[in-house]
Amino acid sequence: MAKITLAGVRHSYGSTRDDRADWALQHLDETWEDGGAYALLGPSGCGKTTLLNIVSGLLRPTEGRVLFDDRDVTDQPPDQRHIAQVFQFPVIYDTMTVHDNLAFPLRNRGVDETRVKARVREIADMLELTDMLGRRARGLTADGKQKISLGRGLVREDVNIVMFDEPLTVIDPHLKWQLRSKLKELHQRVGLTMVYVTHDQTEALTFAEQVMVMNEGQVVQIGTPVDLFECPQHTFVGHFIGSPGMNVLPCTLEGGKAVVEGHAIPIANPVTSAAGRLEIGVRPEFIDLADRGAETGVPVEILKVSDAGRYRVVHTCLNGFVIKALVSEGVEIPADGARLALAPEKTRLYADGWLVPDGGTP
Amino acid sequence: MNKTVNHKAWFLVLPVLVLVAFNAFIPLMTVVNYSVQETFGDNTFFWAGLIWFEDVLHSERFHAALVRQLTFTFTILAIEIPLGVVIALTMPKRGIWVPVCLVTMALPLLIPWNVVGAIWNIFALPEIGLLGQVLNGLGIDYNFTRQPGAAWFTLIAMDVWHWTSLVVLLAYAGLVSIPDAFYQAAKIDGASTWAIFRHIQLPKMKRVLTIAVLLRFMDSFNIYTEPFVLTGGGPGNSTTLLSIDLVKLALGQFDLGPAAAMSLIYFLIILALSWIFYTLMMRDEER
Repeated sequence: MAKITLAGVRHSYGSTRDDRADWALQHLDETWEDGGAYALLGPSGCGKTTLLNIVSGLLRPTEGRVLFDDRDVTDQPPDQRHIAQVFQFPVIYDTMTVHDNLAFPLRNRGVDETRVKARVREIADMLELTDMLGRRARGLTADGKQKISLGRGLVREDVNIVMFDEPLTVIDPHLKWQLRSKLKELHQRVGLTMVYVTHDQTEALTFAEQVMVMNEGQVVQIGTPVDLFECPQHTFVGHFIGSPGMNVLPCTLEGGKAVVEGHAIPIANPVTSAAGRLEIGVRPEFIDLADRGAETGVPVEILKVSDAGRYRVVHTCLNGFVIKALVSEGVEIPADGARLALAPEKTRLYADGWLVPDGGTP
Repeated sequence: MNKTVNHKAWFLVLPVLVLVAFNAFIPLMTVVNYSVQETFGDNTFFWAGLIWFEDVLHSERFHAALVRQLTFTFTILAIEIPLGVVIALTMPKRGIWVPVCLVTMALPLLIPWNVVGAIWNIFALPEIGLLGQVLNGLGIDYNFTRQPGAAWFTLIAMDVWHWTSLVVLLAYAGLVSIPDAFYQAAKIDGASTWAIFRHIQLPKMKRVLTIAVLLRFMDSFNIYTEPFVLTGGGPGNSTTLLSIDLVKLALGQFDLGPAAAMSLIYFLIILALSWIFYTLMMRDEER
């Protein structure tokens, strides 16, 4: 078990490094606390897997250091780092039994055979693989194979960190949640540092205590699932997390209020001035719908209403900009037009995509 | 779904049936026909029953050729399969050297078989050939036209040179299809190079290696052109493999009956051994 520190890590796959786009991973300073459950969330190609491979030692970062506790492991190969990794597609040794698969990492390290047996049994119990120990690993289902991959990581007692690289990709939907809760339970039981890479927000938000949202090679926000939802630091986080994503509208700033298409809208961040491309962001959950006759609110037309289970998504239009609002079942939706009330404490100002800090930028 | 019954469709299969009949079935049946008859020329044939089969099976000449054939085939398999796998393992998996290696490897396979025989014949000649001269220059008494041992050495070297590439290419195809994650997982698991070979590469290559073994077995068991051009079966009968012996019997002595019986026995041996190979190598797949 260990605290993982990434100090000034950058990575480029190519030989040219002049341009921002040449870096698969932009400058990164991060600490993962011992025993934490983290998720790396982001779209394909955002650098999640690169980061994972740097931590596991499969890749050496172009710049920066990787520390496990206070040991510098940047130059260590994967087998000396004592890490476990579960890949997108189950990796099993076809010709071996389930037992031998689990025993493989221990036997490679010359562990005494009685110890190997005891340890394999313990891990098999934990993963509910005990009755399959004698079977050929090849014949197992995808989720069984993925459990073996995980088991091969957990079987070693000196594991610093367990990493999952989109481990549920090939698992049947109805088994996904089962395996996911198994992972969560394991984390609580063994207390290992775990990092979970995914592009699926549900997986990330249910698994992790801390979620790192990545985009274009950089971390845009780290926080608890609640933070990410309620206070996105970047409009990308607002879009990527939540369904439907955050409404983002271009605006100007006048006297501490945002002005959208001539309508002054109070915002949560106390800002006097801001530079760059200004936008306000507000989630559909924090918009109330009132009928046209209301005294306050932004007048909009209603484009369409789509049903999303316990609530409905109302697509409204303000001078060509679409604003979505969530309305609970049973609430009447005016037909001809409405006024939107944006919750002031949940409406924030963004400059060039990033949340404007309190006080604003000069 | 309703299936339309249309027997006219059978006519579409007819060309293939005719083709197969003329290039395989009818020639094979003529051989069967010869194998049970005796002739004294003039195109008159008599029923001979299974006498030619008995003759061939009891013939010492056939036994000797069969032993030479088995020795040859198993020797080249024992060399070409491991060597091919080793070469495939050392070949680059990506980069500009991949096409260079692949084309170089494919070259021997593109040379016509009789040319391969001719190349090696001249290459190995003790007086003028590079190989022959070098070996004799090193003080090794080497003359493949006179010494059976030297003839066998040259024959096997030629086959290894000609056909190892096929094994390399097949094994390489098996190797490059292994996803990177397997190697990464093995690294994390602390697997040695041998363990990676034994538990990842070899199992993943198994299917292509089965094909390689079968192809090399069948081809080498049928080999004719190259040894015919290289040694002509000599010195003496020392490199007379089954096919060379068969041609001597059929076209040299014109013993049609015994030659036909021998052909059929030869064919059945190949069929049986191929089946055994296949069954043994695929035995685990079922489980």
